[in-house]
Amino acid sequence: MDVRQSRKKNTVITLVLALGSFAIVQGLIMAGMIRSYQMVTVATICINIILAAGLNLVTGFTGQFSLGHAGFMAIGAYVCAILTLRDGSMGSFFIGTILGAVMAALCGVLIGIPTLRLKGDYLAIATLGFAEIIRIFAQNLVITGGAAGLSGIPKFTNWPMLWAFTVVTLILIIAFIKSSHGRACIAIREDEIAAESMGINTTKYKVMAFAIGAFFAGVGGALYASTFYILKPTTFGFMKSIDILMVVVLGGMGSMTGTVIAAAVLAIITMLLQSFSELRMVLYAIMLVAIMLFRPQGLMGDRELSVPGFIKKRQKKAPKAE
Amino acid sequence: MSQFLQQIVNGLSLGSIYALLALGYTMVYGIIKLINFAHADIYMLGAYIGFACITMFGLGFFPAMIISMVLCAIIGIVMERIAYKPLRNSPRITLLITAIGVSFFMEYIMVYFVGANVRAFPDVIPKTQYHLGSVVINLQQIVILFTTIALMLLLQFIVHKTKIGKAMRAVSADRDAAELMGINVNRTISTTFAIGSALAGAGGVMVGMFYNSINPLMGMMPGLKCFVAAVFGGIGVIPGAMIGGFGIGFIETMVSGYGSSMYKDAVVFAILILVLIFKPAGLLGKNTREKV
Repeated sequence: MDVRQSRKKNTVITLVLALGSFAIVQGLIMAGMIRSYQMVTVATICINIILAAGLNLVTGFTGQFSLGHAGFMAIGAYVCAILTLRDGSMGSFFIGTILGAVMAALCGVLIGIPTLRLKGDYLAIATLGFAEIIRIFAQNLVITGGAAGLSGIPKFTNWPMLWAFTVVTLILIIAFIKSSHGRACIAIREDEIAAESMGINTTKYKVMAFAIGAFFAGVGGALYASTFYILKPTTFGFMKSIDILMVVVLGGMGSMTGTVIAAAVLAIITMLLQSFSELRMVLYAIMLVAIMLFRPQGLMGDRELSVPGFIKKRQKKAPKAE
Repeated sequence: MSQFLQQIVNGLSLGSIYALLALGYTMVYGIIKLINFAHADIYMLGAYIGFACITMFGLGFFPAMIISMVLCAIIGIVMERIAYKPLRNSPRITLLITAIGVSFFMEYIMVYFVGANVRAFPDVIPKTQYHLGSVVINLQQIVILFTTIALMLLLQFIVHKTKIGKAMRAVSADRDAAELMGINVNRTISTTFAIGSALAGAGGVMVGMFYNSINPLMGMMPGLKCFVAAVFGGIGVIPGAMIGGFGIGFIETMVSGYGSSMYKDAVVFAILILVLIFKPAGLLGKNTREKV
């Protein structure tokens, strides 16, 4: 098959899948199967996909371990909330989302330039520290409502909107990964020294991935603010970063389809265990340890689930080469 | 001036507890290169064990602390055997995520069994106040300070004068070479976890007494701060953890004394980031060169 033809086919299949997911959920909403209670889970899935896709780009594809994603999410959430509280129009929601995301990305660059020189767990702890600083500021500033947080944030998100944001995020991030920049990021993950000696500006690409991750964390935060009406600084603690990391790890670091699957699975598990909230955290912890012990690569490893892949496998019965 | 001296006294007692916890982080990091997030929760368990000993069995401070240390040491060994040993040769990120998982497990298993509410820790040692000039120091602070110093001296003795201490230093310098020399690496790592966890247990009982309250999530924030202390002093270096612990304790009391106590945690993390950027090896750490 000609490359261009197969790419066209891929695009068509992606479109069909994306529209299909929209149609199914929309159908369920219209049939009354998804009420406001289940809608919370659907919204959580979408927001977690956006957040985790950004983190996966940083951690899974570029190999930079970040424990501070909740901090960037907080920036997006607070910027959007403050703007929509001042002026509750649809326009200000969009401006707030974009502005929040851009501010999160700027913070990502500011934080990334000095800290991305650090490796592995030092980087993890530095990003964790930054996220804590952001949370502490949110807890003490007047504009963010202090420890009580902000409430009564106008709700603009609905299913079509969440869906559109999720799909656009995934398309943009996957496009980035498939570009030459994305390949540079993957090269850094595989071997930083080798990548550097091949002429890749490792700092540039690490900061780039970090900023893009932060940008989408900001988008996710803005959607979170608009979906759940209230913001509290404690929401954006260490726990939230781990929540997002959990999605990435369960799905497989370096697999976007894995992230989507894991976000859905985790949100549904959370919903089912709602009534046993304490036990839920215990199970959550056991799951995290068990994944690391028995399947550290996560559900998907770094492979992607794709429809053409399935077809090829059936036709040839041979390992697919890509 | 007298307020400054008072802050120093407060900083000393807080810093000594931080130093105890930081020692556990630094020892474990030195030997298996793992940020043991669960260390902070062993400290929480230590506080609960001490609480149980004091309220249920009516024990005094020192017996409660020793029981807590022994039980925490056992918990530390079990934790290492179950969660970390199978991952000896895995990437460090895998280990780190496992540690986070173990930490959550301990926190929420405690929430499940004892409830998330805060309990008041009894005053096993009376808060008799002594006036040294204009500075006030109470008996609890004196006991905490001297107990931690005694434990640190004991630790220094174990690490530098005993056979197992020599083995620990050898394994942290080069695990493969140590194994070739006939050192039982697994046992040495278990011992390290046991000692670190015992110190955390002692720290837990003292913090419980110091702040008068315990809850299952009490480990989170001090855990992060003590890790900062370990990094500040140079991770993997035992005297570094002590200096770092006292340093962070001082900074925290100074910020709450002269600035705003709301921002004390932010200052601690800001210091962490500055240290990581300008001197990643910490105050006493040696720079390691990257090898291809």
